[in-house]
Amino acid sequence: MNIQNNIEQKLLAHFEPAHLEVINESYMHNVPNGAETHFKVVLVTPKFAGKRLIQRHRAVNEVLKEELAVKIHALALHTYTDDEWHGLYGKAPDSPRCLGGMNRKAS
Amino acid sequence: MDTIEKIKQQIAENPILIYMKGSPKLPSCGFSAQASQALMSCGEQFAFVDILQNPDIRAELPKYADWPTFPQLWVEGELIGGCDIILEMFQQGELQPLLKEAAERAKQNESDAE
Repeated sequence: MNIQNNIEQKLLAHFEPAHLEVINESYMHNVPNGAETHFKVVLVTPKFAGKRLIQRHRAVNEVLKEELAVKIHALALHTYTDDEWHGLYGKAPDSPRCLGGMNRKAS
Repeated sequence: MDTIEKIKQQIAENPILIYMKGSPKLPSCGFSAQASQALMSCGEQFAFVDILQNPDIRAELPKYADWPTFPQLWVEGELIGGCDIILEMFQQGELQPLLKEAAERAKQNESDAE
């Protein structure tokens, strides 16, 4: 089962989002071709109304607990209500460039 | 001291603390780099722990914090969040007052203790 699909299905079922993007950003990192290790999620749902950011992220982490435990190395989360999302004109921030992680050569 | 005790002590003793990969000057991960950059821009002193140098903390903290990834920002004993939360709060202008107040309270407590 493809992890990206898995993430999408779980988030769709749990949050009934007005907007959902699940982007595999693994290619930006120091991992083999075709890896599914680094993801970015943009999730817009009325269920986030009145919730602080940490509560929103905790809710997503809980739904993706199994994936986070073994498969996912990094998960960038951008969580909004409908109104907040419209305020951003439908554009979530970019993820940072990879700095090499554990494999970086000491300089 | 076991690892959880060590973590609790670090969180208790440092009003502003980031657990990250690498150091603020030489971060080893893009997320840790962005997060520590935002903290530095706020101008308050903060402590950091490099989890690549502390594999025991890297293994135990996610369970203790109930937070799966790094970096993690802790302010006055409370987990604020990871990279995305730190950056979003910074851009919304919420991070700087949070850190400023924490630093001021810590200073106050220090001078009270004297």
